[in-house]
Amino acid sequence: MSERKNSERAKGFSLLKIVPSKSRGKLVTVLIPVVFFAVCALLVNLGVLRSHFAGLLVPLCYYIIMAVSLNFTVGILGELSLGHAGFMCIGAYVGGLFTLLTQDSITSAWIRFPIAILLGGLIAALAGFLIGVPILRLRGDYLAIVTLAFGEIVRNLVQNIYLSRDKAGLHFSFTNAIEPERLDPATNVDIMKGPMALNGISPDATLLISVILVVITIIVILNMVDSRAGRAIMSIRDNRIAAESTGINITKYKLIVFSLSAFFAGIAGVLFAHYSTVSPPKFDYNMSILILVFVVLGGVGNIRGSIIATAILYILPEVLRGFQSYRMLIYAIVLIVMMLLNNNERFNAWKKNTTERFTAWRKGLFRKKSGKEAE
Amino acid sequence: MFISYLLSGISLGAIYALIALGYTMVYGIAKMLNFAHGDVIMVGGYIAFTISVTLGADGWIALLGSIIFCTLLGITIERVAYKPLRGASKLSVLITAIGVSYLLQNVALLIFGSASRNFQALIVVPSVEIGSVTIPGNTILTIGVSVVIMIVLTLFINKSSAGSAMLAVSEDKGAAQLMGVNVNKTISLTFAIGSGLAAVAGILMCTQYPNIGPYTGQMPGIKAFIAAVFGGIGSIPGAMLGGIAIGVIENLSKAYISTQLSDAITFAILIIMLLVKPTGILGKKLNEKV
Amino acid sequence: MSFVEINNIGISFGGLHAVEDFYLRQEKGELYGLIGPNGAGKTTVFNLLTGVYKPDKGTFFLDGQNMTGKSTVELNKLGIARTFQNIRLFGNMTVLDNVKIGLHNQYRYSALTGVLRLPKYRSVERAMNEKAMELLDVLELGEERDHLASNLPYGKQRRLEIARAMATNPKYLLLDEPAAGMNPNETAELMQMIRFVRDHFDMTILLIEHDMKLVAGICEKVSVLDFGQLLCQGETSAVLKDPEVIKAYLGE
Repeated sequence: MSERKNSERAKGFSLLKIVPSKSRGKLVTVLIPVVFFAVCALLVNLGVLRSHFAGLLVPLCYYIIMAVSLNFTVGILGELSLGHAGFMCIGAYVGGLFTLLTQDSITSAWIRFPIAILLGGLIAALAGFLIGVPILRLRGDYLAIVTLAFGEIVRNLVQNIYLSRDKAGLHFSFTNAIEPERLDPATNVDIMKGPMALNGISPDATLLISVILVVITIIVILNMVDSRAGRAIMSIRDNRIAAESTGINITKYKLIVFSLSAFFAGIAGVLFAHYSTVSPPKFDYNMSILILVFVVLGGVGNIRGSIIATAILYILPEVLRGFQSYRMLIYAIVLIVMMLLNNNERFNAWKKNTTERFTAWRKGLFRKKSGKEAE
Repeated sequence: MFISYLLSGISLGAIYALIALGYTMVYGIAKMLNFAHGDVIMVGGYIAFTISVTLGADGWIALLGSIIFCTLLGITIERVAYKPLRGASKLSVLITAIGVSYLLQNVALLIFGSASRNFQALIVVPSVEIGSVTIPGNTILTIGVSVVIMIVLTLFINKSSAGSAMLAVSEDKGAAQLMGVNVNKTISLTFAIGSGLAAVAGILMCTQYPNIGPYTGQMPGIKAFIAAVFGGIGSIPGAMLGGIAIGVIENLSKAYISTQLSDAITFAILIIMLLVKPTGILGKKLNEKV
Repeated sequence: MSFVEINNIGISFGGLHAVEDFYLRQEKGELYGLIGPNGAGKTTVFNLLTGVYKPDKGTFFLDGQNMTGKSTVELNKLGIARTFQNIRLFGNMTVLDNVKIGLHNQYRYSALTGVLRLPKYRSVERAMNEKAMELLDVLELGEERDHLASNLPYGKQRRLEIARAMATNPKYLLLDEPAAGMNPNETAELMQMIRFVRDHFDMTILLIEHDMKLVAGICEKVSVLDFGQLLCQGETSAVLKDPEVIKAYLGE
């Protein structure tokens, strides 16, 4: 029994390797963001932290959702997706447009916003499913490049949409601005103007709702991982051929991962749209890479790691000025160094050794304490 | 009109083909997608820019300097970042390559700033008029240089011993090693050639579209990769064919469908291609060993 | 009709006949050996029977049911499980979870049940754990249930592959060199386990093996493959004395 505890602790400590998240630390993983955001909110209210800092909290929530959901694809299924921003974009525009179009008729944000969240998530999930179907046969490099292409297509399409509303109803145009003669100048309101930002969305994304969504995301994904479906997904990651010959339906589980991952990215997008201004260029390839950096630094397959890494990598550059201009450079180096270390035998041996010593030390500490109590 | 769209498409495609050759050779030999390849184009452009504009040297020196620098850069990247990862998971290699790509972009950003610079043509070729069609000098230069390079490269691979070593390694690394081929050297050579070609492509591109910034290489890099996949990754004639095809498709869709949507169209072609014929036009099927 | 009927199955790669006209009759509960020199096409036969490759020709019936041309997943669901010559475990998962993957299709609850942790999740998981432990105990891996599969020593990894294959509740179990890399003691233990599995789990077993002691010790019948073709087949003791077989092995 003690051996069992040992191996689990070793797994929890390893930030670098692909490790199965187990039920034991699940509560901790959920509590980390809850406590963190509660403390931050308190400190902001007490005036200890500047309001500039308060403005980082909701974005941090949607980046955590992005990182956790991307880690589901990258770390649990073992396929690299470079188009995660595309799903966020879909969620942002679907949720944002829903609010823009209904905020006059549904005045209560408590009714409107949950619908926007669900709608954004579901449409993004549908997109994930639809992109998942044709690319199921692809793996590795090809899958990565197709997801990249998908993300760029989404952005490219969205920035060609023109949408206006006047008393006659909605006017839509693709690739070209709507001819002014089609619109009634007195009542016209431009809603989407191609590459321009979407304006006037009610800022419904409060910190409370955002944290609740973070918690839901983490619980759903952790429970999923530690269940029948999660095991099947990880078996595909570890050995596809063995999974098939053990009767695992690869198609089904890949689609589940793609849809669920996209669902949460869509939700993150809805939060984004209801907190800061959205425009298509924000959801480019660089956004997908940024999220990937969070995932890689936190440990591929390690959900808790993703949360912590996102918090550090997002808050640090915002707080430390001067770091800002070197930020992307450092991210690039982080990616390379993490991968090199991860595949370095000597480093892995050292890490294993240190982990064991750390565990032994913790155990020793515990024993001494309990020994004293016994005296 | 159609003829001139087609010609500029071919000249853009020739640049894609030069870049795609680097992707396809590296993929064939190291079985990895070198994401940073596109950014070597940008480095090539900046080096040529620095030598010719900042240092005021002759165009030919700038060209040569740029090729040498990129060749060395390619070898260094392989040695430092990719070589330790041979045998690692595809995911690790791909993430590392993305990291290298970002590194190059951000080093360029810190050195040269985010504003794009005006690139002056290193070599000026006069334009030619045939009937009612005017062929710009740049187009002639690009197509001419590309054709020469492709012929030389094809001869090199099929006739020289280093070339046959490359073919052997791409066929079966282990067997090649047993036959006495120096695999490390061959991989380095492949990266060197690919990066040298990227430098040439970078200069040709900057000559045609006279602007250079830290992200100049990103899109052409991705499109050239699409070209390599389109032609059949691992196949050298495939990369050439794929490059020209993607260049022509892009230019014609800009001319006749929509400028804003041309990128989406190119990406959609990639997805359709991978679904219909994942091995590309000239690619071979790779069988997985069980 | 025999329990396993393989009729003239064959496949070629690039004009080379990897397996040609392979033929096999196996009765229910029989322990059958497939032997032959390296590269003779033994693993290719397994790949044909498990749908990794589609045969160019020939048919395959199991328990009267036509299995020809079905996919790997379908074949597993219809009762064919295998192990791999080059071990293919789920290395980053625990020993217990490896076996539970094998139980995936017998013990079901929806993904939503798992996410919401409904009561059914707990009861099914408990039943799965019990069944998995039963199998692990048969292969003497119970102690290692929480180890990562990739951390097991070689011999135990091979046994875990057998446990995982058994977990899919197969009628027909294909073992690809189960004793490779084992010392004589481990091999002797393995022989007992294989016999135990056949007797107590109602399985028909086909195994590829180079260790003639194991083959002679537990297989009732053997087939010999050489250059993709069937050299001979029959009672183990008779076949192993056949001068042709000895010639193929010693490569005279």
